[in-house]
Amino acid sequence: MYTQSFNVQETPGQKKAAPVASLENPEAQTRFDARIDADGKIEPQDWMPEAYRKTLVRQISQHAHSEIVGMLPEGNWISRAPSLKRKAILIAKVQDEGGHGLYLYSAAETLGTGRDQMLADLHSGKAKYSSIFNYPTLNWADVGTIGWLVDGAAIMNQIPLCRCSYGPYARAMIRVCKEESFHQRQGYEALLVMMQGTAEQKAMVQDSVNRFWWKCLAMFGPPDANSPHSEQAMRWGIKRISNDDLRQKFIDATVPQANVLGVTLPDPKLKWNEERQHYDHGEIDWDEFWATVNGNGPCNHERLSTRVKAHNDGQWVRDAALAHANKQLCGTDQELRSNFALSSTDRKNQHKEAA
Amino acid sequence: MSTTTPALKDWPLWEVFVRSKQGLEHKHCGSLHASDAQHALQMARDVYTRRQEGVSIWVVPSKSIAASAPEDKDALFDPAADKIYRHPTFYDIPEEVGHM
Repeated sequence: MYTQSFNVQETPGQKKAAPVASLENPEAQTRFDARIDADGKIEPQDWMPEAYRKTLVRQISQHAHSEIVGMLPEGNWISRAPSLKRKAILIAKVQDEGGHGLYLYSAAETLGTGRDQMLADLHSGKAKYSSIFNYPTLNWADVGTIGWLVDGAAIMNQIPLCRCSYGPYARAMIRVCKEESFHQRQGYEALLVMMQGTAEQKAMVQDSVNRFWWKCLAMFGPPDANSPHSEQAMRWGIKRISNDDLRQKFIDATVPQANVLGVTLPDPKLKWNEERQHYDHGEIDWDEFWATVNGNGPCNHERLSTRVKAHNDGQWVRDAALAHANKQLCGTDQELRSNFALSSTDRKNQHKEAA
Repeated sequence: MSTTTPALKDWPLWEVFVRSKQGLEHKHCGSLHASDAQHALQMARDVYTRRQEGVSIWVVPSKSIAASAPEDKDALFDPAADKIYRHPTFYDIPEEVGHM
């Protein structure tokens, strides 16, 4: 669904730009820079600066985590969908999000970081996921709004990532973007249907849009002036369009859609600017945004503990699959089986620590 | 006579994947026999990229590939046939909304 391309390990106000040049290997660095300048692709076996590798692991794994955690707010509505049709659609969408997470974990793994490590970082709270999922889904219209606005914002961000300089990430994004159009359209269409319904249903849609609009604008990350990592990411061809430009594109595309739908976007300052040929908009509450990123949103604890519980509850399935595979391999080899039992216990302890 | 590492009688089979252009994925293009991985890469270069068909080659031992059985085709892929709601065209969006 979405990634936040900023470093959340640092607190705002204390950020400083990462050094642009690497001194690890000047000759390889020159080749790398030339490839980037020529708009070329970096592949897993190519030399790359450590900072480039680290930035990508952080961004791709956080993107993957966002897909996985993103299943939770919508998943809550599967059992309460208003019709069999909407239920089937929602299941298909949530299933896609799980798939997107898997494409992305695989892309991140090509950089040499194991999936175990990435999951441990998510479960311990060290790695972040998109803050938009730390807000609750309070009514059925939220499912439509997430498709229309949250996935709409994600698409804006992901389309330029299809041209990212790192080959496996770019190719994963192409696959994701192809599937994402269904997500946005199903959401928008679900809202269209509600807007032809009762006054209560219309109010539900408006309430949902009111709650999600500002959070969606914040999804694009801090303003350019306050986003020093963006510059480095642009230099590396990881990021192609700035946070503010993407946000503007999203607003310009969304206002006409809101008009057709018949809802009001909750920003009194939202107004077409003839001179700029863009919509002007009001101030985003960045304090609220950072508070949520740093763990104090309404659902941070619930989302993370649900994820950790799902992972721990699945431990016996992973153990059983491995035990079965080992048994096929070595028959009744007692020694191997006891080795396996031991490593499985070790792993469990690691998960407990992570939780 | 049996040894723990029997000498190869025939060169094993390798599957060849070629990346046609920078940035694209490797695509399967065929197979060949070769004595080892380096040899297979050399052969693949000669057999499959004589007209600049590629910028990168992967070779994978054919015996490492697990494939679905042809008779399982229906069971595996039919269930997706009636899930037309997975496609964006399933949803009617008014013209004036434009591209979505």
